[in-house]
Amino acid sequence: MSPWLGRALLASALLVYPHLATDFWVVSVGAYAMVLGIIALSLTFLTAYGGMISMAQMATAGAAGYALAIFSAHSASAGMALLPWPWAVGVAIAVGTLTGILIGIVAVRSHGIYMLMSTLAVAMIMFYLAQQNTTILHGFDGFSGVAVPRVGGVSLREPLPFYFLCLTSAALLYALVIYLVRVPFGLVIQGIRDDPLRMASLGYRVWLHQVMAFAVAGFIAAVGGVLSLWYHGGISPGSIGITATVNVLIVAVIGGLGHPRGAFIGALVFVLLQNFAVDLVGSDRYNTLIGFVFLVIVMASPDGLTGLWRRLRGMRKGAPDAGVVTQKL
Amino acid sequence: MKLLLLATLNGITLAALYFIVASGFTLIFGMMRVVNLAHGSLYLIGAYIGHDVAALSGSFPLALAGGAIGAALVGMAIHYFLLDRYQGDDLRQALVTIGLSIIAADLLLARYGGLSYQFELPEMFYGSMPLPIVGGYPIFRIVLIGLAIAVYLALWLLVQRTRFGIMIRAGVDDRHMLGAIGVNVPLISTLVFGLGAALVGFAGVVGSSALSIAPGEDARYLLSSLVVVIVGGMGSLPGAAIGALLVGLAEQIGLAYFPTYSIILSFVIMVAVLAWRPYGLLGRPA
Repeated sequence: MSPWLGRALLASALLVYPHLATDFWVVSVGAYAMVLGIIALSLTFLTAYGGMISMAQMATAGAAGYALAIFSAHSASAGMALLPWPWAVGVAIAVGTLTGILIGIVAVRSHGIYMLMSTLAVAMIMFYLAQQNTTILHGFDGFSGVAVPRVGGVSLREPLPFYFLCLTSAALLYALVIYLVRVPFGLVIQGIRDDPLRMASLGYRVWLHQVMAFAVAGFIAAVGGVLSLWYHGGISPGSIGITATVNVLIVAVIGGLGHPRGAFIGALVFVLLQNFAVDLVGSDRYNTLIGFVFLVIVMASPDGLTGLWRRLRGMRKGAPDAGVVTQKL
Repeated sequence: MKLLLLATLNGITLAALYFIVASGFTLIFGMMRVVNLAHGSLYLIGAYIGHDVAALSGSFPLALAGGAIGAALVGMAIHYFLLDRYQGDDLRQALVTIGLSIIAADLLLARYGGLSYQFELPEMFYGSMPLPIVGGYPIFRIVLIGLAIAVYLALWLLVQRTRFGIMIRAGVDDRHMLGAIGVNVPLISTLVFGLGAALVGFAGVVGSSALSIAPGEDARYLLSSLVVVIVGGMGSLPGAAIGALLVGLAEQIGLAYFPTYSIILSFVIMVAVLAWRPYGLLGRPA
């Protein structure tokens, strides 16, 4: 099967199935997997092309979500929005991108596993800040009942409009990543991933490019954060807590850290597990199942399901083993 | 003045607890370059086992031993069965420990529920010690500071003055060479992992006597360990002590003076150290 035929089939399936399926499959599975996939995409972009691992992508998305919630109408604001929604969304995405830049400036001081630690610490500090700050971030309760905008009389909360909003965003961001890694900026990022010293000798400012990669990742995560706020109708410290933070990593690792498509494959598998684990292990122990699946994938195939697929194909063709992402970091 | 002094005392108490937790973390990292993100889970496991032992036997020293030994056994099993095979692939090891921490948190929740537990302390630890200006300070907290100093001295003696310590330090510098001269490096590694886990399990019992045990504490102590070793320097024992003091004091003084933003102080310390010395105050490049 040629790759273009496969892509056309996938695209038409994504466009057609929401008209046939129930709201559960459209929103709780389809749209939610896109939202989660977008946030995981920001991590996969950093890892696959920048060789950097950030645990703060959920916190970045949360920063955008909190910003949007503050400026939107919510249950504690008596129906009043501080800004019209297009402005609020713009502010939210700017806040998310800026958060990405700031986290990047801190994170690129360290490398590899140290970067994982420092970004994890930053993410957890942001969680505790959201929890203890009652004046602006509403502490433990966060924001609920956030108004979702209406465009041309149609609420974006409706299943089909929301699904297509998520699908469009996901497709555009995916295209953005694929585009970026082919232009000089993306090539420099990949050069730094492979050999920072050589890139520095060639005259590139390594840290500046790495921070810019974090800015791109921050932008992607911010879009995910906006959609996530609309999906949940609110945000609270739990949305950026350790579980949510680790879930982004789980999604990216299950799908595979080696290619941006892994983020969406991982998100779909994760959402299906989340929804159907009830039938397998009961509603209480699904975290055990998720943790177990994650562990098995980490141990069996460090580059996730996409890597597993690539290696199976490679074996058939007798091609050399695909590079293992974890060892590059 | 009284507020500042009390916040300082609380900060030192908290630093004592953070130090015991982080010393295990930094020991494990120093020897094996393993970032053990299940460290917080081992804290909870130690605390819960200690609680069960105390409930069965009614003895606090037995609870301390039970928590430490239980966590050590779990830690050694994790290292032996799951981590040792990925020696050198530090990201994979970190991911494995993340997976374990999710499973552990969920299973502990299933076993112990969401309530918080507290220990019955021996009679002698109740009451407070008279101090100038602040009036009195709980005896157990002062005992906790003493315990941290004892742990520091014991670890220092172990690492600097024993044959086992020499092997650990040699392993930090050059694993392969140590193996080449006939030392069973995997065994040493598993033992060091067990020692680190024992420390955090011990801290679990101590910490939940001073405070309480509840789900979510694992994340809190993982964060404190991360910040402490990032500030102090990975693998350095004196670094962990300095880091713990800075973080503990920042947390308590922040809570006393600007409660809704106090966590930012830890962040500022971490960022300042990363900017000035990327490997931590007493750390050195890997």
